[in-house]
Amino acid sequence: MIGNWLDIGPVNQIEPGMARTLPVEGGEEIAVFHTMTGDFYALVNKCPHKQGPLSQGIVHGAVVACPLHNWNISLKTGEALGGDEGCVPTIPLKVDAGRIYLLRSAVLGEKPKPEAA
Amino acid sequence: MNAPVSFDQEKARETGRERLVVIGNGMAGCRAVEELLERDPDRYSVTIFGAEPRVNYNRIMLSPVLAGEKTFEEIVINGQDWYDDNAITLVSGDPVEHVDCANKSVISASGRVEPYDRLIFATGSDPFIIPVPGKDLPGVVTFRDLDDVDRMLGAAEKGGDAVVIGGGLLGLEAAHGLSLRGMNVTVIHLMPTLMERQLDEAAGWLLKEELERRGQTILTSADTEAILEKDGHVAGVKLKDGREIPADIVVMAVGIRPNVTLAKTAGMEVERGIVVDDHMVTSDPAVLAVGECVQHRGACYGLVAPLWEMCRALADGLTDRPSGYQGSVTSTKLKVSGIDLFSAGDFSGSDGSEDIVMRDAARGVYKRVVVQDSKVIGAVLYGDTADGNWYFDLLKKGEDISDIREALIFGQAYASGGALADPNAAVAALSDDAEICGCNGVSKGKVVACIDAGAHSVDAVRSTCKASASCGSCTNLVESLLAITLGEDVESGPKTMCKCTSFTHSDVRRLILEKELKEIPQVMQELHWTTPDGCSSCRPALNYYLLCAWPGEYVDDQKSRFVNERLHANIQKDGTYSVVPRMWGGLTNPKELRAIADAAEKYQARTVKVTGGQRIDLFGIRKEDLPAIWADLNAAGMVSGHAYGKALRTVKTCVGSEWCRFGTQDSTGLGVKIERMTWGSWMPHKFKIAVSGCPRNCAEATIKDFGVVCVDSGYELHVGGNGGIKVRATDLLCKVETEEEALTTCAAFIQLYREEAHYLERTAPWIERVGLDYVKSRMFDEADAVAKFAARFRISQKYSQIDPWAQRAGGDRKDLHTHLGEVRPLQMEDAL
Ligand code: SRM
Ligand SMILES: Cc1cc2nc3c(=O)[nH]c(=O)nc-3n(C[C@H](O)[C@H](O)[C@H](O)COP(=O)(O)OP(=O)(O)OC[C@H]3O[C@@H](n4cnc5c(N)ncnc54)[C@H](O)[C@@H]3O)c2cc1C
Ligand code: SF4
Ligand code: FES
Repeated sequence: MIGNWLDIGPVNQIEPGMARTLPVEGGEEIAVFHTMTGDFYALVNKCPHKQGPLSQGIVHGAVVACPLHNWNISLKTGEALGGDEGCVPTIPLKVDAGRIYLLRSAVLGEKPKPEAA
Repeated sequence: MNAPVSFDQEKARETGRERLVVIGNGMAGCRAVEELLERDPDRYSVTIFGAEPRVNYNRIMLSPVLAGEKTFEEIVINGQDWYDDNAITLVSGDPVEHVDCANKSVISASGRVEPYDRLIFATGSDPFIIPVPGKDLPGVVTFRDLDDVDRMLGAAEKGGDAVVIGGGLLGLEAAHGLSLRGMNVTVIHLMPTLMERQLDEAAGWLLKEELERRGQTILTSADTEAILEKDGHVAGVKLKDGREIPADIVVMAVGIRPNVTLAKTAGMEVERGIVVDDHMVTSDPAVLAVGECVQHRGACYGLVAPLWEMCRALADGLTDRPSGYQGSVTSTKLKVSGIDLFSAGDFSGSDGSEDIVMRDAARGVYKRVVVQDSKVIGAVLYGDTADGNWYFDLLKKGEDISDIREALIFGQAYASGGALADPNAAVAALSDDAEICGCNGVSKGKVVACIDAGAHSVDAVRSTCKASASCGSCTNLVESLLAITLGEDVESGPKTMCKCTSFTHSDVRRLILEKELKEIPQVMQELHWTTPDGCSSCRPALNYYLLCAWPGEYVDDQKSRFVNERLHANIQKDGTYSVVPRMWGGLTNPKELRAIADAAEKYQARTVKVTGGQRIDLFGIRKEDLPAIWADLNAAGMVSGHAYGKALRTVKTCVGSEWCRFGTQDSTGLGVKIERMTWGSWMPHKFKIAVSGCPRNCAEATIKDFGVVCVDSGYELHVGGNGGIKVRATDLLCKVETEEEALTTCAAFIQLYREEAHYLERTAPWIERVGLDYVKSRMFDEADAVAKFAARFRISQKYSQIDPWAQRAGGDRKDLHTHLGEVRPLQMEDAL
């Protein structure tokens, strides 16, 4: 029993203001963001506009500017901001004792499972 | 009560929707549904119960309705069509009387039973009635809904005397309306200062004076003892000091209490309000609450701004992306036409706090900002509220104001040091999330987005995003935003660098040098950026300006680089990259071509193409493979071509005197020398050079940023050409006799451009802006100017001519090219 959270390693592997990627076999690649203010967020690494890799965008506040056409995507909600429309799925994330955890079911794109399956 | 209900489970299963019931058809209830629909229109089947027999309207606009400035139709937020279009069942005029949490259903006054999966309380609050004799007399009214307004209007029709008990926001708006309707109004206020919770003594006094000037009677420190009766109707108010004031109508506006009765009987945890967590969930997990009826982290609110935030958190929670409500800081404006009044935060003044005050007796202006620990904790503005939102922003962000302390009270335009005369600068520098329209909860970002989307007039903005559509007190802000966004008012101030600052590009460049600013956060702090860490347009610009100002000293900030410059390759539409090695002057050889061919095969480049810049482009390379392909190309002597950079791109050449029968000079050789001198240099924008061997100009030198046309007697040097979106032929800068002079002049011109152009301004628009004469005078007025510029360029090149590919191939910044790991679901399942 591993629990519902997937440990993806220490917080210091992502520089503040940057993002790194986590490919999922048979699933969607995930982008994990570290904001300049020290918060972490995870989104599917695909811009709602034309699938640009959000992990490569410039992060400002809790927003990433997509590298392809500069849409601004909220890291908190995955929604396109400022009049653009679209939303990318977010992956629930928590930081505990210096390590980053993603919600396992969301990583795998499944509906959450009860704790004691 | 008996357990009710035939649960319509089957139907729910058929439609696949969860049943959401909302109690309260007011501002919070409907806004919550709007937010939900925006996120997931198909998830819930919605039923809204409203005690009032009407559709959803903007309660705060009852004041202008009373004052005769609006009609009810104008303040409707969502008409019947909204309910119909979204398949929402509205049960109006039928209050919910019972909630059965165990069976998950509600029962209305008319006996309607509605089962729910999720329930939202949005019951608002009730006016507080002071328990004095006569409080129930006909003619004693409160000010909460349209029926109250109708009662007041009925009384006003007959004229006579009105008494308003309560000199707070609500009471004063009621008094104003009744006075405009022709009644003789007296306001009775218990405290010595009007609106004492929002105003200090000075502002309260100014307000009182103004209201009295308008004909109202204001009685402060006045305590009501009883309401007097005559012929079964209200006749007056008696004060504790014995005074009696005649009244044909008495409005009680002394405060509100969260409407919690229903929730309490249903067994929800209730204190002052219905207790909710950060996701607006009550003690019953299936039941939520939002608006004035809730108590969140001990606080109850009586204004709309917190309610918008609550609704967002609630909708986020109901659509499985919980964000959480953090509580609100509120500000107040009084909606009495002609009176500008703003207040926010704490201004009672405590031990450590400090007041900054400004008075302008002639203009009737009073401003007070309360500062504690270098942060704004409160502000009261009377007579001039233009900077209200700015102070409120400083307050909410807890920004350190020590640097602007001196100018703080004069407002944003002054405190930011820039564009003094420009009222738009104040608005331009507000952050995106700064609230423009408090009535409708519209942020600056939303207004700008709506202008960008085609709303080019105040009316269009009002009808699309509702900003300034209610009380209109923010109309001037919207006008400023229109001017800023559409640039109609260009004369009124230079364009700022971006929305994060009130400074122009030139200001920022100058201040970086003057104040010796050497890091991005330092620039942002010293120049009072309005965003915590800038945006995707100012960060790359600042990074470049610092790099140019402090060569060898400033450490390039990778997170402020656009992806191409961070990964030293061009991102393609599928997320792969293209790789273009440098081919000096367009020359190549079998060894290089062989290495390129090998690399193309090894890294499976799907396309190999000759570019318009005389070199070869390999397409479809994965970011993980970049360091390896670079290592291979490096091994054959090739370096990065910077095809991705705001940097020197290519130096295009023709064959020149070496082979061509018309060639006058060795254009190829000179091109190679120029490229060797200039490669690696970061610039405001990309920079292209060409050298043609004769005026036939086969290298197209006259549409390049810097072009050399060789002639018998030497070299013509051309600048400011552009072959891109807007073609511009070059201007002739000068003619020189030797290669050496051509090289030095090229270096000097580039350095002048690097030092003075705006970021993302190519040489063509730069020269159009400053003029060729200016460029010439900078370069040639002083005898040694060219030498000095060129020397600065060479110093900077010492630090730039390091092949970024070789660094990465050597293991630098591995984190940029590798994944965090990889998830293989099968193994995970195994481990389970
Ligand atoms: C590869 C190439 C087309 C080709 O297959 O030939 C190309 C490809 C791109 N050009 Fe170009 N331009 C290429 C030569 C040109 C030329 C011709 C030249 O340099 O002689 C021009 C017109 C000359 C000029 O710049 O004045 C040109 C004018 C532009 C412009 C318009 C610039 C302007 O000032 O108006 C852009 C847009 C921009 O820079 O904002 C652009 C932008 C682009 C971008 C970077 C678009 C983008 O942002 O993704 C393309 C990406 C290339 C890639 O992924 O490698 N490209 N582009 C050429 C690469 C040359 C090289 O070896 O580095
Ligand atoms: C005249 C006036 C001026 C104001 N001006 C401002 C201003 O300038 N700025 C500002 O920020 N705020 C202002 N406010 C306050 C603002 O209107 C409220 O904060 C806001 O309306 C609260 O929204 P709500 O949805 O919580 O409550 P409401 O808007 O009051 O909605 C609650 C609704 O629930 C209904 N209801 C209650 N119980 C039941 C039940 N059992 N079954 C069915 N329905 C029920 C009520 O009839 C009501 O329609 C003003 C208020 C008034 C009255
Ligand atoms: S011309 Fe347009 S499509 Fe072609 S490479 Fe340049 S930017 Fe891309
Ligand atoms: S793909 Fe992200 S903005 Fe176009």
